[in-house]
Amino acid sequence: MLDILQSIVPTVLFFSAPLIFTALGGVFSERSGVINIGLEGLMVIGAFVGIVFNLTFADVFGDFTPWASLIAATIAGAIFSIIHAIAAVSFRADQTVSGVAINMLALGVGVYLTKVWYDKGQTDMVTEPFLSTNIPVLSKIPIIGPIFFEGIYVTSYIAILFAFIAWFVLYKTAFGLRLRAVGEHPMAADTNGINVYKMRYIAVIISGALGGLGGSVFALTIVSNFSHATIVGQGFMALAAVIFGKWHPLGAMGAALFFGLAQSLSIVSSGIPLLEDIPQIFLLIAPYVLTILALAGFIGRAEAPRANGIPYVKGSR
Amino acid sequence: MTSNNRLFGILVPVISVILGLIVGAIIMIASDVNPIEAYTALWNGAFYDAFTIGETIRRITPLILTGLAVAFAFRTGLFNIGAEGQVIVGWLAAVWVGLTVDAPMIIHLPLAVLAGALAGGLWGFIPGLLKAKLGVHEVIVTIMLNYIALYVSNEIVRNVLTDHGTSTEQIAASASLGSEWLQNLTLYSRMHYGILIALFAAIIMWFIIQRTTVGYELKAVGFNQHASKYAGMNVSKNIILSMVIAGAFAGLAGAMEGLGTYGSVSVISGFTNLGFDGIAVALLGANNPFGVVLAAILFGVLKEGAGEMPSAGVPTELVDIIMALIIFFVASSYIIRWVLLRFKKEGK
Amino acid sequence: MEHVIEMLNIRKEFPGIVANDNITVQLRKGEIHALLGENGAGKSTLMNVLFGLYQPEAGEIRVKGEKVNITNPNIANELGIGMVHQHFMLVEPFTVTQNIILGNEPKDKLGKINLKKAEQEIQEISDRYGLKVDPSAKISEISVGMQQRVEILKTLYRGAEVLIFDEPTAVLTPQEINELIEIMRSLVKEGKSIILITHKLKEIMEVCDRCTVIRKGKGIGTVEVSETNPDELASLMVGREVSFKTEKKPAEPKEVVLHIEDLFVKDARKVDLVKGLNLDVRAGEIVGIAGVDGNGQTELIEAITGLRKSQSGKISLKDKKITNLSPRNVTKSGLGHIPQDRHKYGLVLDYPIGANIVLQTYYQKPFSKVSVLNYKEIYNKAKEIIEEYDVRTPSEFTPARALSGGNQQKAIIGREIDRSPDLLIAAQPTRGLDVGAIEFIHKKLIEERDKGRAVLLVSFELDEIMNVSDRIAVMFDGKIVANVKPEETNEQELGLLMAGSITEKVGD
Repeated sequence: MLDILQSIVPTVLFFSAPLIFTALGGVFSERSGVINIGLEGLMVIGAFVGIVFNLTFADVFGDFTPWASLIAATIAGAIFSIIHAIAAVSFRADQTVSGVAINMLALGVGVYLTKVWYDKGQTDMVTEPFLSTNIPVLSKIPIIGPIFFEGIYVTSYIAILFAFIAWFVLYKTAFGLRLRAVGEHPMAADTNGINVYKMRYIAVIISGALGGLGGSVFALTIVSNFSHATIVGQGFMALAAVIFGKWHPLGAMGAALFFGLAQSLSIVSSGIPLLEDIPQIFLLIAPYVLTILALAGFIGRAEAPRANGIPYVKGSR
Repeated sequence: MTSNNRLFGILVPVISVILGLIVGAIIMIASDVNPIEAYTALWNGAFYDAFTIGETIRRITPLILTGLAVAFAFRTGLFNIGAEGQVIVGWLAAVWVGLTVDAPMIIHLPLAVLAGALAGGLWGFIPGLLKAKLGVHEVIVTIMLNYIALYVSNEIVRNVLTDHGTSTEQIAASASLGSEWLQNLTLYSRMHYGILIALFAAIIMWFIIQRTTVGYELKAVGFNQHASKYAGMNVSKNIILSMVIAGAFAGLAGAMEGLGTYGSVSVISGFTNLGFDGIAVALLGANNPFGVVLAAILFGVLKEGAGEMPSAGVPTELVDIIMALIIFFVASSYIIRWVLLRFKKEGK
Repeated sequence: MEHVIEMLNIRKEFPGIVANDNITVQLRKGEIHALLGENGAGKSTLMNVLFGLYQPEAGEIRVKGEKVNITNPNIANELGIGMVHQHFMLVEPFTVTQNIILGNEPKDKLGKINLKKAEQEIQEISDRYGLKVDPSAKISEISVGMQQRVEILKTLYRGAEVLIFDEPTAVLTPQEINELIEIMRSLVKEGKSIILITHKLKEIMEVCDRCTVIRKGKGIGTVEVSETNPDELASLMVGREVSFKTEKKPAEPKEVVLHIEDLFVKDARKVDLVKGLNLDVRAGEIVGIAGVDGNGQTELIEAITGLRKSQSGKISLKDKKITNLSPRNVTKSGLGHIPQDRHKYGLVLDYPIGANIVLQTYYQKPFSKVSVLNYKEIYNKAKEIIEEYDVRTPSEFTPARALSGGNQQKAIIGREIDRSPDLLIAAQPTRGLDVGAIEFIHKKLIEERDKGRAVLLVSFELDEIMNVSDRIAVMFDGKIVANVKPEETNEQELGLLMAGSITEKVGD
């Protein structure tokens, strides 16, 4: 039993981290009333920039390279998301359509530049990826240590920490109160002197930053290079986690961990007695089926922020 | 007012396409490529000779159908982002029938085409039902169903239709949309009769939406469910019907690929993108069936022509970037209208 | 005389229309000042100018004699101007306190909101003005009247000296209206000044000191309320003499058309709202249902029309049982229904007005054959109704959205009457319309009665009920508690019946 946990828990954390970051981004955006189908594209940009930065500056930054890459990818994601913000907030575009366009654009730009810069469809493998480590002191704790703190990526714990920070920001600070008000009843916020457009821009840019971060964590821990097939659906899975987690940061984190579990089971199940007999296909589609079932069933009445997806037009009722 | 709107209706997509191509050119200049050379290569890639023209038409065929799949749902107030999954199941079902049924062509081919439409319809039925009965938003459900379709189809190809293979055998000739006549005409391109089915589907959509009581109800439900219920319409039935018809269009797109272009179904690592491109097609075509045909032609030409662009030193992905930009511009039509109105005012 | 607010010669244009044309309003300290005008006269626009939501094209605003430039609500707040909106600006999932502090949050060093401090402060203000608001309650869980007090608290929390009330009584019960009037008086006593936007003359006579009248965007003038009367105010507002009495012959009721027996209906939250209701409506009479909103009227209408399931009981139309039939089958059995919310139920706003005319009949001949629509027939019918009911529209192809409220309502009424239904249900048929349209609609309802149709009228406006009905059925707590003749009762008695203070008074 302990063996099983020891092999599953680190993989779950490993697969969940990118989903948690990105889903938190989705929570910020959607809580402010902007649907973000473009999480996938933001992850693509994050993965692309993370890898390219790592390849280019490995000599400059040395051991710090993966961290610098994450920062670069976060900034790139934030900048890229401004396109979505402009379309969705200022130009009153259909937010789902704009999100779809973000996805197409991100993949197009990523692969285009990869081909221009590297003359081939994928980049080289990075030389400075994140590596799993044993966390000092904590990994020495009996039972818990080997399960949670051995062979672990630090990024996983940063993701969980971020979820708690996001919760604090959204639910305990004035900024969070305003952001949620803008997503529920923008005109009420406006009459209270809150700049709805500014809040939504900020929220979308935060989602871009976190999406970029999520994409780069995925690229730098799981695949180590960039091609058109690096990010295939993780962004949509993060979106599912946003909804599965009822638009709440901790809920989204829980959902992301759960999806990470499903993913890791589809990989490590062969070593586990009971799970061995389950065809892999069921584990592959589990996150998606469960999301549909959850929406239809026990969290069917989970309500989206009321103004989600509706452009705010000042002065109209 | 009305003529003004119609004018904008045409101007917005045209301006969007021009802007998209201009930005594409700027990107090329920025990466040290001559855009005129590249666009010439793109033109040649689509229209160089009978063969490339045949291939372009082949490329346009499923785009018309997925465009219709998205547009039809749009017209009834639903966002069918699941055309992708509906294409995959339609493709699988059509080929499955093409492989396993033994019948003369007059039965076999229609049966295989129908199987594709039905499978796509079923894949649309699920989100339609969930939306109608439980109020679950169709965008999320269709996204999830895309992935389920992808993984399930791969599993069936690997373990049911083949013995751990990655691609099925070719379908029986009696289920093929291929045509020797068309192939001879186009120097052995993969062009097939599917284009006729696609064009016919566009006419069907126009007829249903514009001329029938079914379309009257579907649109009414899309605009205002409360008033539709008040007027005695069955709101649930109409939501489901809309998604089923939309899904059937996308399923047909899959059948075109399975029975026409490829004659088989393979394990795929990622999406066909036909469904996502369908969103672009529908949007550019203003959700009007004939607009969809024109938009599908444009995007089909771009996609097919892109194959020649590497000869001018430009990666094919440039076309994806241009397409994405066109979507942005159309979706942000508010701003284009605003600018146009400004110009008009100043001109007066 | 000291003026706290002066709006001088204000002009505000929107593309195509002048919403405010040379309007002047001067508010004295400590007074309640009415802003009177019909729907669409430009009252709300003027107040939105004052509140900084719109910028005026001409004119100036002075606060305590000083010229100011109010470019957004923040500046209005800083100048001590607060607005109690008609459609409450409240975030439903938030608590009272969260709503009030939104935008002005007290914070500690970490940036964390200091909720305790805020709740205390709000409690204090609430106590001072007798508002009785619970600061920690969720908006979605408190009554409409309470929500309005939260709106008031919001302005007081921001230090408002001048409060603008936008049609504050539209959503309140008579009891709540009395309480609101008390609150307004105590606000004035504490030195606040109030602008009351309204089109209800009675309220003005009861609580206001002065009244500024606006008609079709133009300022008509300001009068002392003590020196005027409702008739004068009405003619100032409308621009001609208005008769409040509707001309009609006595009714000649015949056979029972609508018969309801022991009806029970639940609302969306599964609470019984109609509780054993009995009602008959006869051919050739107008029965008006009087009652405070929320006593089951909406659910009753929805149950009759098939939009909502009834739990038990019986509804019959001309001896045919229609309980729990689908809306289509009820319509086919001979029902016309002018719905309470014309935008939500009455029209598909994005359809041409012509297509809306056949909303219930599109599937029948001659409008379609074997499911294929015949547009020529559809638009011919539309033209006919547009002409007959004086629907002002550029053409039958114009989207319903582009028509004014009055013309939309005329189109709906034309459509419903044109089917010659045995029973016509009119739910709040004149809400939000101007006097001309109201008169037209009342005339049509009476015409239908004279043709021998049964008419069921639901309205929250007692004037309308008193004027149009031949018989008044008072609804309270899901039941008809009284049947009275309009000529044998008065508003005081009806008010008490509606509040459930006297029970059971059966006329006939």
